[in-house]
Amino acid sequence: MNQQRRELLKYTTVFGLMASAGLITSVQAEEWNKAAFEGKSLDEVFKALGTNTPDKSGAIVINAPDIAENGAVVPVGITTTLKANQLAILVEKNPSPLAAEFYIPAGTEPMVTTRIKMAQTSNVYALVKADGKWTMAVKEIKVTLGGCGG
Amino acid sequence: MGDPMRIRAAESNGIVDVKILMKHDMESGQRKDSAGKLIPAWFISTVSVKAQGKEVFVADFGSAVSKDPFLNFKYKGSKGDKLVVSWVDTKGDKRSDEATVS
Repeated sequence: MNQQRRELLKYTTVFGLMASAGLITSVQAEEWNKAAFEGKSLDEVFKALGTNTPDKSGAIVINAPDIAENGAVVPVGITTTLKANQLAILVEKNPSPLAAEFYIPAGTEPMVTTRIKMAQTSNVYALVKADGKWTMAVKEIKVTLGGCGG
Repeated sequence: MGDPMRIRAAESNGIVDVKILMKHDMESGQRKDSAGKLIPAWFISTVSVKAQGKEVFVADFGSAVSKDPFLNFKYKGSKGDKLVVSWVDTKGDKRSDEATVS
């Protein structure tokens, strides 16, 4: 059996086992994107998400404070009128910019709110994937007390 | 296994607003202990929410999500929907909690 078929069999077996164990479903079969979460720059994260620098979109709104008193707990929300099936939050000046990714199945609204750690004042990017294309919005959040324990 | 998470889910006009507060230290791997050694990263990596057995939300977290992660999202649903929220962390620990939409 050639190497490619071996690899394919290996992956389908692993996913098959995981799916039957109820550990993942078809949406989550995307798997935790290690390359994206370990990207050390915006460009590395964009690349790992499968895009060049996304175009800016006025259809994405970032709900977050202009100034965060505590960088360890910064509330960030994304809403969009786009038919999103994926959202992501990136913090430019964090050691690893990708903070979180969200998968939106049909029937779920394209919005999320969560709380993130910010090491310092930084641009925060809300990325939205709709119709196979990533677009984004940016907002600067000032941080008075850094959130990574330093 | 961790402590139970708090789940609030309320339906209005066919949309269920879900708020979840999980209990987890979410160590970023950036902090040092009193001896000056780096505390290893340890955080919830994936959260999955099902309503009536159907997946309605999935979140993948990196280490920059705050301690005791908070999530708020909305989906089309009904009062009485049974919600199951499950997470897995980087040590392979898991937790699942249930709630009913009010």
